[in-house]
Order: sequence, then C-alpha cells, then structure tokens
Amino acid sequence: MLAGNNAQMITTSHLTKRFDKLAAVDNLNLNIEEGEVFGLLGPNGAGKTTTINLLITLLKPTSGTATVNGIDVVKNPAQVRKNIGVVFQEPSVDDLLSGKENLEMHAMLYSMPGELRRKRVEEVLELVELTDRKDDWVKTYSGGMRRRLELARGLMHHPKVLFLDEPTLGLDPQTRQHIWKYIARLAKEENMTVVLTTHYMEEADLLCSRIGIMDRGKIVALGTPKKLKHEVGGDVVIIRQDGFDRSCLKGLKLVKKVKVEGDEVFLTVEHAHENLQRLLAAVGKVKSVEVREASLNDVFLKYTGRKYREEEEGAEGGWAERTMHAESQRD
Amino acid sequence: MAFEPGKIYAVWLREVKRFTNSKARIVSSLGQPILFLVALGGGLSAMLPGFNYLAFILPGIMAMTVMFTSIFSGVSIIWDREFGFLKEMLAAPTSRETIVLGRILGGATTAVFQGTVMFILGMLFTGVPIPPLMGIIGIFVLMTIFSCYLVAAGIAIASVVQEVETFQLLMNFLVMPLFFLSSALFPINQMPSWLQDISGLNPVSYAVDGMRGMLIGTSTFTIAYDFGVSLAVLLVAFLAASYFFNKTSI
Repeated sequence: MLAGNNAQMITTSHLTKRFDKLAAVDNLNLNIEEGEVFGLLGPNGAGKTTTINLLITLLKPTSGTATVNGIDVVKNPAQVRKNIGVVFQEPSVDDLLSGKENLEMHAMLYSMPGELRRKRVEEVLELVELTDRKDDWVKTYSGGMRRRLELARGLMHHPKVLFLDEPTLGLDPQTRQHIWKYIARLAKEENMTVVLTTHYMEEADLLCSRIGIMDRGKIVALGTPKKLKHEVGGDVVIIRQDGFDRSCLKGLKLVKKVKVEGDEVFLTVEHAHENLQRLLAAVGKVKSVEVREASLNDVFLKYTGRKYREEEEGAEGGWAERTMHAESQRD
Repeated sequence: MAFEPGKIYAVWLREVKRFTNSKARIVSSLGQPILFLVALGGGLSAMLPGFNYLAFILPGIMAMTVMFTSIFSGVSIIWDREFGFLKEMLAAPTSRETIVLGRILGGATTAVFQGTVMFILGMLFTGVPIPPLMGIIGIFVLMTIFSCYLVAAGIAIASVVQEVETFQLLMNFLVMPLFFLSSALFPINQMPSWLQDISGLNPVSYAVDGMRGMLIGTSTFTIAYDFGVSLAVLLVAFLAASYFFNKTSI
C-alpha cells in the first residue's frame, strides 16, 4: 500500500484558504500517493472539509496551489472534476428520484455512454447491496442506505480519487461498520486512491493506510496509524488520586510522560500491562486506575495539547451539526 | 462555454422526472388556476352581459399556470442547495451554463405541459372556438418563451437569495404582483392610468397580450411586438441566470 515510488496523486503546496481573518486551511503541504487510503483526522472546524472542498474545486484557494492527478485545481477545475468522485458530508442525493435514477443522472453528467452506463449502474448497486431497492424513491431509504447510494454514485465513473467527507457521520454503530466494510472493499477492488475525513479515531485507525492529523488548518502529525501510535511512546495509564505528587515517580524510567488534569493523572508508560504493579507501588493509594493502549486519541492529545472530545462534537447528533456546517460554509 | 447536449438532457430529465414522480405537484399546480377560471371567470361573466369574460381571462389563467410552475421550478434551486443536491451538480464536470440551460428547459417543459392542460380545459368549457393551427403553434411558442424567462429569472433570484425562509416570500411578492399587475385579468386600455403604466412595464402583460391575440383575436399590441418584448426579456433573464449562478457557491 505504501510503496514509496508510487506516483503522487494529490499534492498541495502552501495551500491556504481564509474566510475573513480565519485561516480555515493554513499553509498546507501534503502529498498523497496513488493507491493510498489517506485519512484527514481532526475535530470539527479543523479545516478538513475546507481542504476537501479546495481539492474538489468547489472552493478557490486564497493562496497556494494543489494538484489532483497532476492537474492544477485552480487552472483546470473541469479536468480535475472528471478525475474525482465525491461523497459529501451532508446528504446530496435527490429524494424524489429512485436510487437508479440518481445514478443514471450522475453517469450522464459525467458523459458515460449508454451501454457502459447501464452496466455500471448495476455493478455499483450490487457492490453496495441496493439492487433490490433500486427502483424505490430515495425518500424511502434509511440513512445508511442513502449513504451507500452516495458511495455507489461516487464510484460510478471510475474516478482516480474518491473523496469521502465524514462518510459515517450521524450513522448508528452497526451501519457505520457496514460502510467501513464497503470502503475497505472498494479501495481494494476498484484500486483507487481514497481520501477521507473523519473525526472518529476508530474509523481512521481501521481504514487508513496513512493519516494526517489536522488541527486549526494545519497538519500536526502525519504517518501510518502504527507509526503515530508508536510516537506517543507507549500506553496510557490514567490514575485518579487526590494530591498527586510527581516526585513519587522519580527513578521510574518506564514512565515517559506525566500530565495532570484535575484529579486525573495521565501517565505514558512503556508496556503498561506488565509494569502496572511497579507503577502503582510507587504512586501509592489511588481512587481508580485505567490502562489504555496507545490510541490515535493519545496522538491527538500529544500533538495538539488538547483532549479529543468526540461527545462535544455532536458525533451522534448529526442533524443540528450538519445544519450549522451548511451555514458556515455559505459565507 | 462548451455546448453539452447530453448533460443538458440529464438536467432536463431530472426536472421532468421530479415532476412526473410527484402526482401531488401536478394536481395542486392546476387547482388554483381552475379555481380562478371557474370562480372569477364564471362570476364576472354573469355581471358583464355581452362580454365573454371567461374567454378574455383564459389566456391570463394559462399564463398564471405557467408562471407558478416556472418560477417555482427556477427558485427551487434554493431547495437543492438546502438538501445538498446542488453540490452534486456543481462538483460534476459540467459547465454552469449547461446546468442553467437544462433547468430552464426542464422547468419550461413541465410548465408548458400544465399551460396546455389549461388550454384544453378552456377549449372544452369556455366556449372559445379552437384557433387555427398557426395560432395554436404561436401560442405554444410564446408560452415557451414566457416560461423560459420566468425559470431563468427564478434561477437568478435563487442564486442570489439562497435562504429557504425567503422562498415563500419570493413566491408571494413576486408571482402575485406580476400576475395581478398585468393584463391577465383586465384589458389594459380600460385600466386607470397608473395601473396602465405599471402594467406596461410588466413583461407578463406582453406574453398574455400575445396569447390573447392569437387565442381570441383581441390584443392591445401587435403580436410581433409581444414576441419581440418577450424574446428580449428571455435574453436578459438567461444572461442574468448564467451570471448569478456562475457566482453561486455551495
């Protein structure tokens, strides 16, 4: 997946987008290779969607450049569009058409000839398991089915790059797993480059061959999920104790990092499971203890200095958040 | 601007399918004009002996039907924006003019279809004799031009306004005045002079006047003049629609 000599599918150079004074995307330099499943991970407002919108030519950069499949997004947007498929964060299928009609219309907008079009519609419907519902109005589809239809539509015209903006936002856990399955499968079967944004750590960890962690318009960390987790330096032990005193850890080389938040102490520890006994002996009486294997969450914490709070982002909410997003993008 | 007939067809087809998929929309958009024709036409005809008012307002009611559907179709870009579908179109390798053109033709198809239904109903129930073939063709052409410029105007407005909340407001404050302040319901030359002035500035008056001329043989202006004004308005509206839609963002 990560062959170093693959062609560059996406490059950005000093890519910047400002809305008034706010730099939504701030001097971004990024290379994505052909065949990668690349994840942009970060909280809402980090600039992920703006980055996508710049790459898919729906927004013009304030400064800097970007290319997709070697084509400049500013100089030749029409050509870029032919090379990409997009699944937007907010739903974008036509409710008053059937699933099949949505796909056919898409194919026509991408100039697919009739024969190929009919064959491909059946193919992608098969892939997302919507064949038996293809003639029903999209209105009657569940949230998960709509998402699948959008995925199918994004694939219709054999794009070189498929952009997925928060592909599982607002879906229930079971449906999310379904969608993950499809994404993993199509990345393999259709052999395309996939760029996805997400604020689910789990999603990025599971699907992506490489991840860029984004915060306030910048990429703050970049690498394979494994490498990023390794960089954190170990597992995290969270203990709760009143009046924690750092000095008790003196001489314990296995503790790499200490961070105190209220009565919670976050310790980065090598091989926490094996070393817990020694650690607790040194710390003394605690109210509770929790061992967490290194996760992307910790990576985020390490690079941004902030906790990654999914619950605040309305991860399960969906609608209200989506509406807000739509409004903020309109300016 | 590249001419992309296949893609224009795709956008056209969507408009038509949305229309035929929704039986409710077809029925509801005919209800009001029929009510106008029956209640207003029937009622006033009884008060004006010797003057077939029903025949007089038939072209006005046809224009009303076309107006409602056309402007609704153009302005519904606001809904496409709200429900996300506009992004699908804007992200496709399709020029903005193609989208505008496809929508205009699609909206006009559905509107002219409804205008035709009103025309047939009128022929059946108002006692207006069926006009000669040239007249019928003329009526269709003028109705199509009329519809196209209204869809285009709707697109231009929707590209600028963008808020769903203003949708109803637009429909009320645009369609109603355009309709009532035109020659649709009253003969221009019998209006008070201030209304004549407004009505003369209202493009709808010319479309109605031309249709009336070809349908029942009475018109204030010459048919050629009515066509000329309508074509000029179409050109301006199309340019405005293209210009503003080009500037629209997601």
